[in-house]
Amino acid sequence: MGSHLIDLLFIFMLACFIGFEVIRHVSPLLHTPLMSLTNALDAIAVVGAIVLVGERKSEYATILGTIAIVAATSNVVGGFLITDRMLKMFKSSRPDK
Amino acid sequence: MTEIAASQYAIELIYLIASALFILSLKWMSSPSTARHGILAGEIGMVLAIGGTLLHHGIVDYKWIAVGLVLGSGIGVPLGMVQMTAVPQRTALSHAFGALCVTLVGTAEFYLGTQSGSKFGMSVLSMEVILGGLTFTGSLMAAGKLQEILPQRPITYKGQNFVNFILFGCAVGSAVYLVLHPEAKFLFPIIVGISVIFGVLLIIPIGGADMPTVISLLNSYAGLSAAAMGFVLDNKLLIIAGALDGSSGFILSVIMSKAMNRSFTNVLFGAFGQVQPSAAAGAEAKPVKSATPEEAAAILSAANKVVIVPGYGMAVAQAQHKVRELYDALTKKGVDVRFAIHPVAGRMPGHMNVLLAEADIPYDRLIEMDEINGDFPQTDVALVIGANDVTNPAARTDQSSPIFGMPILDVDKAHTVMVIKRSMNPGFAGIDNPLYYLDNTLMLFGDAKQFVGAIVRELTGGH
Repeated sequence: MGSHLIDLLFIFMLACFIGFEVIRHVSPLLHTPLMSLTNALDAIAVVGAIVLVGERKSEYATILGTIAIVAATSNVVGGFLITDRMLKMFKSSRPDK
Repeated sequence: MTEIAASQYAIELIYLIASALFILSLKWMSSPSTARHGILAGEIGMVLAIGGTLLHHGIVDYKWIAVGLVLGSGIGVPLGMVQMTAVPQRTALSHAFGALCVTLVGTAEFYLGTQSGSKFGMSVLSMEVILGGLTFTGSLMAAGKLQEILPQRPITYKGQNFVNFILFGCAVGSAVYLVLHPEAKFLFPIIVGISVIFGVLLIIPIGGADMPTVISLLNSYAGLSAAAMGFVLDNKLLIIAGALDGSSGFILSVIMSKAMNRSFTNVLFGAFGQVQPSAAAGAEAKPVKSATPEEAAAILSAANKVVIVPGYGMAVAQAQHKVRELYDALTKKGVDVRFAIHPVAGRMPGHMNVLLAEADIPYDRLIEMDEINGDFPQTDVALVIGANDVTNPAARTDQSSPIFGMPILDVDKAHTVMVIKRSMNPGFAGIDNPLYYLDNTLMLFGDAKQFVGAIVRELTGGH
């Protein structure tokens, strides 16, 4: 069990470094869509809520979990939608098609 | 291999693919030409992950899952269709929703007792609800301020930092005690309660001008709380997505704090100093030169290189579409027009770029501060629309100025500077701007939208 937690910490550390490297190269032009995209991706927390609700361990957990699914799903749908709308607006003055 | 183990194995594999897609998704955001692939990768990853999770062997009932997914989508669609000027508050609201999800799941996990056996599990669970709780209310406060439901000006009182510090200490202290004495279950609601109150108090002293930093910081907290939830649930995909979001928010808040000349520790602890209004309102009778739309149009059409410096005031005046007409009219006359974008122009990182892109201004004409500053000495006209502090040369020269040291756009080095402004009242932060009194500066007094409109009429109508 102890070594498994260490594994998770390794994953977390590596993911942070990948995050830093990848985000550093994002053009400042796109910082707003970047934030709405990471927001949508972050809403992957919905999977935790789905398992919680599906297992039906208690009424209490089901109620909290359902609210959590609503909150996270609205982020997934809204986040991808607005990021796409924003990126569609970015046009170059040199037509490249 | 049993059937349960096989399905678990399949889910882990799906999560692995989703993690790779999430990383690719962010990687493709590096340039506007690939960014939309990024969205597609993210969407596929998300659908795979949610679909895979539905196969989880422990799920016995799908009814409430379906209700949640449908309701959430119903709320998500209008939130995805808001106006571009409202994107900052939408983003703050979605940080709040993300944090709410994390806090609720954490709370349910606590009362189900899944973590009570392990000290590590209890520690990350506490971290999850502390970060989640304060991000939830903090982001709601930020959204309220941005939407102007709540007062924008900072609310401060004596000993504010002390009170906040004690509160946060109480939350962390209770969490430590709970980890060491798992039977003290009564502490859990106290921890959540304090965090929720702390989130409100953290944002109260922050004014509108600091919002880009605050939103980035809350973004980072939301990501970290999701990563903590990944540790609690032993879900590697969640750890990775949370870490990506956390580091993204962190990088953006560092960029924003540098652009506002705030120290790094200021960002980490959320203690954003308030801008002290400089009482030096003595030199009011300094002469300024002003010009009419006709004169401005004549100077602009005689120029070779024009740099437009937009600030949030331009967006408030809804002038971006008129600015686009000005861009078109000047480009047609063979004038080279570019836009200088300060990192904190707008209400969140990159906001000004989105507002100008919405007005159909090509993105390769939007130039970042570091790139364009060297070009101002060769610029014939710098036209400042609704920006103030980010053009204030006192930030370079006047050590007593509250914004001394803040990186600015060097518009004063252009041959001619034109500033569209309603009146000579000092701006948002109450700091006088010596730019307005320079010999090469012309003040264009009026509403940004109307004034730019008048210049455009002059340029297009008068031949």
